[in-house]
Amino acid sequence: MSAPNKSYDPVEVEALKPEEIERMRDEALAALAAADSLDALHEAKVAHTGPASPLALANREIGALPPHAKAEAGKRVGMARGAVNKALAARQAELEAERDARVLVEESVDVTLPHDRVPAGARHPLTTLSERIEDVFVAMGYEVAEGPEVEAEWFNFDALNIGPDHPARGEADTFFVQGPDGGGDSDVVLRTHTSPVQIRSLLERELPVYVICPGRVYRTDELDATHTPVFHQVELLAVDQGLTMADLKGTLDHMVQSLFGEGMKTRLRPNFFPFTEPSAEMDMLCYVCKGESVGNPDRPCRTCSSEGWIELGGCGMVNPRVLAACGVDPEKYSGFAFGFGIERMLMFRHNVEDMRDMVEGDVRFTRPFGMEI
Amino acid sequence: MRVPLSWLREYVDLPATETGRDVQAKLISAGLEVETVEQLGADLKGPLVVGQVLTIEELEGFKKPIRFCTVDVGRANGTGEPQEIVCGASNFSVGDKVVVVLPGAVLPGGFAISARKTYGRNSHGMICSSEELGMGEDGTKGIIVLPPETEVGKDAVELLELVDEVLDIAVTANRGDCLSIRGVARETAIAYGLPLRDPALLDVPAPNAFGHPVTISEPHGCDRFTARTVTGLDPQAHSPIWLQRRLQKVGMRPISLAVDITNYVMMEVGQPLHAYDRRLVQGPIGVRRAQEGEKLTTLDGVTRTLHAEDLVITDDRGPIGLAGVMGGANTEIADHADDPENATTEVVIEAAHFDQISVARTARRHKLLSEASRRFERGVDPQAASAAAQRTVDLLVLLAGGTADAGVTEVVAPSAPHTITMPADHPDRVAGVEYGREAVVRRLQEVGCDVYGQDELIVTAPSWRPDLTDPNDLAEEVIRLEGYENLPSTLPRLPSGRGLTHRQRLHRRVGRVLAGEGYVEAPNYPFVSEQVFDQFGLEADDPARRVVKLVNPLNDEEPALRTTLLPGLLGALRRNDGRGNHDLALFETGLVFRPQAADERQAAVHLSVDRRPTDEEIAKLNAALPEQPRHVAVVLAGAREQAGWWGKGRPADWADAVEAARTVAREAGAELIVRKGQYGPWHPGRCAELAVAVAGTERVVGHAGELHPRVVKALGLPERTCAMELNLDVLEQTGDGAPQAPRISAFPVATQDVALVVDKAVPHTDVEAALRDGAGELLEAIRLFDVYESAQLGEDKKSLAYALRFRAPDRTLTVDEASAARDAAIALAAERTGAALRS
Repeated sequence: MSAPNKSYDPVEVEALKPEEIERMRDEALAALAAADSLDALHEAKVAHTGPASPLALANREIGALPPHAKAEAGKRVGMARGAVNKALAARQAELEAERDARVLVEESVDVTLPHDRVPAGARHPLTTLSERIEDVFVAMGYEVAEGPEVEAEWFNFDALNIGPDHPARGEADTFFVQGPDGGGDSDVVLRTHTSPVQIRSLLERELPVYVICPGRVYRTDELDATHTPVFHQVELLAVDQGLTMADLKGTLDHMVQSLFGEGMKTRLRPNFFPFTEPSAEMDMLCYVCKGESVGNPDRPCRTCSSEGWIELGGCGMVNPRVLAACGVDPEKYSGFAFGFGIERMLMFRHNVEDMRDMVEGDVRFTRPFGMEI
Repeated sequence: MRVPLSWLREYVDLPATETGRDVQAKLISAGLEVETVEQLGADLKGPLVVGQVLTIEELEGFKKPIRFCTVDVGRANGTGEPQEIVCGASNFSVGDKVVVVLPGAVLPGGFAISARKTYGRNSHGMICSSEELGMGEDGTKGIIVLPPETEVGKDAVELLELVDEVLDIAVTANRGDCLSIRGVARETAIAYGLPLRDPALLDVPAPNAFGHPVTISEPHGCDRFTARTVTGLDPQAHSPIWLQRRLQKVGMRPISLAVDITNYVMMEVGQPLHAYDRRLVQGPIGVRRAQEGEKLTTLDGVTRTLHAEDLVITDDRGPIGLAGVMGGANTEIADHADDPENATTEVVIEAAHFDQISVARTARRHKLLSEASRRFERGVDPQAASAAAQRTVDLLVLLAGGTADAGVTEVVAPSAPHTITMPADHPDRVAGVEYGREAVVRRLQEVGCDVYGQDELIVTAPSWRPDLTDPNDLAEEVIRLEGYENLPSTLPRLPSGRGLTHRQRLHRRVGRVLAGEGYVEAPNYPFVSEQVFDQFGLEADDPARRVVKLVNPLNDEEPALRTTLLPGLLGALRRNDGRGNHDLALFETGLVFRPQAADERQAAVHLSVDRRPTDEEIAKLNAALPEQPRHVAVVLAGAREQAGWWGKGRPADWADAVEAARTVAREAGAELIVRKGQYGPWHPGRCAELAVAVAGTERVVGHAGELHPRVVKALGLPERTCAMELNLDVLEQTGDGAPQAPRISAFPVATQDVALVVDKAVPHTDVEAALRDGAGELLEAIRLFDVYESAQLGEDKKSLAYALRFRAPDRTLTVDEASAARDAAIALAAERTGAALRS
């Protein structure tokens, strides 16, 4: 480096005149503002901030100035460049945001398009309704008990106080199973109710017993709009010390409230079953008209045929003879039981008009019921 | 049991305002299931009168005989002039008394009568048949011809008792007493708190030695036999209108006076009766068991071969009746008004009490359910027999002009009254209500019991209630009369339950996961034809061919119970397809039935019910039952994925079926072994055998894949139908309990892809297993991502491409480490499967 040049030309450098720098800055700012796309901005950026831009060239001229002028010129150029860079960044951000917004708009879709690539499956409403009922009782502390569908007559009849000559046995429309030799008197049947599961529960479980027994049962009815030879029942059995018919009534009331809503109740009417004594037929208040259609021809109710009550099934106090057949001391223990058909409940709860719809497996029938009901 | 309200009122003074509906409500609450109340003649409007036919002119030239009649109806038509009526029936003559409906009247069914021109004449009304009047079957077709003594002009609505209400009661098996007006009247009287006029409360003469001789050699089958004789019956006598009408209203057809009277008394007091033509009975009447093979022709004209347990009524010739079920043709009452020579003029009346079980068995054995057997099966009041006989005699004397024979035979086997001992608060404890001793005693007395004792009651049930045998029977009487509707609603305090079992939760999960995969549940009947096993192409010794068969199937072509879910499920598939749903994925879970091996099968044992059976006895009962494992199956056809705006669809194929099996196995926590198989209905090249390890032993649990084209054709299924079936019970046993949490390494993953060329016959699972074993413990995951075949590879070759992910628990793997593991994997695959790295 040579010695400092103390003898500068007092010549003014044209490019560093304050008004010139101001002009360069304003031109640059105008160009940036005028850029209407990121590409245009890029061009403006190169033109006004690049190494060949007027301000960059002006900056290079600073060295030619006398020392006393350098600082001032440097400051002036630096401020101009700072303002341009700041405007550039702002414009860059602005244009990028515009571009992003535009792209997202372009990427928009018709969200209403279907996507049924694999149509939904469903469980059969008989299955899910049965589970729904089970859950009501499981929540109360009952356990679910199951048993075989091909059953020994002793479990299906005898132990339930339906002796070999009981009229109910002839009326039960039983499917009989051939014996090992192909003969008819195998003493094995397709269970006509889930009551044999109650017997098995009493034999297998410790007392007290509180079980709910769902399952398929069989009777020799031809399939039509209101009958099916294969149907489903849910039965309940409670055997403990001191159980009463009032407990049975309360349990039934709780069930219909759980399944059909607050304010529901049941009604018992005397009836006869060999396995219960006393026995009753149980009805539930019609959950649609709440009984208001009775004697009110202006407001007929389809669900209960304006009867106000819907027949549910049978119930009663477990016949002490049944307890004795299971080795339970009837002097010490008492129990109650009830049972009803799931098909029937499905029909009135979900307006199924024809029994055949429930047995044919048509996917159009089952799909609307989904996973739970 | 049909009960006319007018008949009921004869024994209970019901308030005149009580309607059939009111009585129905009371009886239902007391426990009689009154199903309907029939309103007889509800829409009937007179004038309906008795007329006498004056002239008959036969009109010619019509397709059927037509009569133009003049009928005297007294002053009922306002004029007293003969009524001109055109009539299409011809079972009446000049002078006959008939029922005439006059213009302005309305017959049942809203049939309005007016004067009109017909067959060229003016007709002012109609001569009526019983059908037109809604009277039910009376055995005659055509016009009602009334007894000659009937008064002309009299109101026929009243005469024929056309307006009435009939309660139809479904009597439960324990209430034989309510198969009579007497029984229903008793319940009605109790329900209303009114006295009962008991029709069986009659003075009966003491038995003597002059009656028709009766010998009972089977007192267990017949503990009571009353025989009465009536002579001098008028063969011309007919049942009066009131008698016929009552029989019609309870649903019986009037036949002849003597038969009608026995039926009437049976309906009235519940005692089945039989009338023998005395001239046809040879010698003493006997009661004994039949000799095996003995023959008897019953009144219905059927000749029956008797069983040694059948109880029969006999005379010197042999059986003349099936006791309590039906009489024999050889002593039948003859009603030959036109043949007085042969008409019955002397009868022996039988009112007996037969054993419930004996009658029930005989009725069932001969498939002969009669009004009599129905009552004996359910229990008849033995004490009512002599009264019923007396009532029959009285009516025969009154209506048939007979003379009661002085002889009265009564054979009675002595029996001690049955008493029930019951704590006085037993009904309270059963009901959960405090009725108190007084109410209990009063209620029991109301139903006819004799009650003694204080805290401990000694109760004798009335003879008409043989169903009352246990303390709970008595409790029921008290509770029902106090009103079931008054029972409070309480809840028992339960011990805590354990919730659903592992198995029950699995069954629910399997259903949910399959439905989630797009399968629709379709439960099917378990009835199958054995022919389906041929269609399935099962081997002759296939265990699935061994079926449980029904004695009485609904459909003779489907006598067997399913051993596989597929026949039913494929039927549902076909049904849906036929209804225009072609893209189908169905599933079913349910029991299948596999008989015990022949040498292990046992007939069920007969056990008593007065004690708990022993564990050994229970085991024997269970040994008579088939195995009943729960299976799950799916079937698929059409598109598994539909075409749409997203692109093409995908047909269901064998892989979907296998995947369904994997899905189910995953829910069961079971490790499913999938390998090439060949079985029954499946396509031999597209069938997977599914197995699991149970306690160290592999067990085949099912198959999956595409069905054999031959099966598809034989069953009329959509092309390329696929199916899967698994034994859920076995699957459930293999689940290895709660899953164990893996250690998650946070170090980076090293991935390596390899493409291996193997023979086409080498299954992917073998290659993958070799790679897995060879790669060692650094291998975190392996996934097959491509299968490729080409001419370049060679005809019998395929390329399998795997992505391998390596990771160490404690460090970042170097490239060399990952490569070394990969190379080891390839080396083992090469060694085990002949795999070569694809170049």
